Amino acid sequence: MASMRDIKRRRESIQSTEQITKAMMLVATVKLQKARQKAEASRPYTNALYRTVGEILRRTDETAHKYLKHPGEGKKAVILITGNRGLAGGYNMNAVRMVLDGPFDRENTVIYTIGRKGQEMLRARGYECRDDWSEVVNAPLYKDAISITQTVLDRFEASEISEIWLVYTEFKNTVVHVPKCQRMIPVAPEDEHVAAAMEEEREDVLPMNYEPNDEEVLNRLIPQYMASVLYGALLQAVASENGARMTAMDNATDNAEEMIEKLGLQYNRARQGSITQELTEIIAGRNAVT
Amino acid sequence: MASTFHLTIITPERTFFEGDVSFSEFTTEEGRVGIYPGHEALTLMLAPGVLLIRSGNEDRKAAMHKGFAEILPDRVTVLAQIAEWPEEIDRNRAEEDRIKAERALQEDGSSAKDEIRLRRAIARIEASKG
Repeated sequence: MASMRDIKRRRESIQSTEQITKAMMLVATVKLQKARQKAEASRPYTNALYRTVGEILRRTDETAHKYLKHPGEGKKAVILITGNRGLAGGYNMNAVRMVLDGPFDRENTVIYTIGRKGQEMLRARGYECRDDWSEVVNAPLYKDAISITQTVLDRFEASEISEIWLVYTEFKNTVVHVPKCQRMIPVAPEDEHVAAAMEEEREDVLPMNYEPNDEEVLNRLIPQYMASVLYGALLQAVASENGARMTAMDNATDNAEEMIEKLGLQYNRARQGSITQELTEIIAGRNAVT
Repeated sequence: MASTFHLTIITPERTFFEGDVSFSEFTTEEGRVGIYPGHEALTLMLAPGVLLIRSGNEDRKAAMHKGFAEILPDRVTVLAQIAEWPEEIDRNRAEEDRIKAERALQEDGSSAKDEIRLRRAIARIEASKG
């Protein structure tokens, strides 16, 4: 049986760990609230965007457009949104797993990471990771989404890559976060949001007119669409990260409490044991003398 | 034909405007375009400029920078990156921006960015004039 001193020391160490996890949980809770507000405020925009773009594409037969036509052979680019820090349960790993299990082989994939954790994990697995915007995760701005989109689209224009995918974690509610993998370019009607918009109101399909002309409009519209999708994804990912961290730290605090309680019992038992032993020894000693 | 159409203006941060209006005027890449109810399906790219909303006899102005509008006979959806009501605009700052951008444009190394900055500043000033 462990000595009283060992048990006491162990209990103290767990107590200080509990203080840390508790503090982390509180911080994550506050951050989650902020992030969730932002994510929810941006949702009408993102939904309207999906619907509008879906509707525009439904009325368009411009399938030969460079952003819409089916890709040739070439590298795939993946924009991966993860956190900069760990201790958030499975949050980072689940997003990374979407890449590992997705249709991306090591030779033909370029990864653009937003968030350091994803970059570290994919580098270690031999993927090619280019530019890194880890700072963005701390406080995503619409401006960041525009500049990231621009950088990746420039590579697309230069024919270095033929497809652009986005991997992020969708925020359903505080405890449910779903990692998502979706293709941004070519804009795919099989994209569930766009497809849902296309399903609706099929009967009143008016042909769409464009001002100045359809090619020009799509040239401008699609990058804006991408930037907005990315911005929405960033906000959701940040909310998910804090939600995941909050849950993980809440569990850690609970576990610590449970262990402290158990060790407290053990400690008391050990103390009682040593008292009993001492008494037995004194009585035995006295018996021997008399 | 209905005398109004449903106008929704959404930015990434908020739903800027939603309601039935009788007329609306946008600034596009090609110039200013006015929309009445029953317009044929049209997608417009918006340029920095003033947006006019007429509901009943009341006109409202707003500054709008970059975005697109989807126009259908009975409803119009505008997705803008930035939209501001006149009361949200800091007139002095807009003037300052305009002067800065104009100065930058007169120098040799001026870029398309300065041009856009100037147009934004002018849009803000125009909208805040009321």
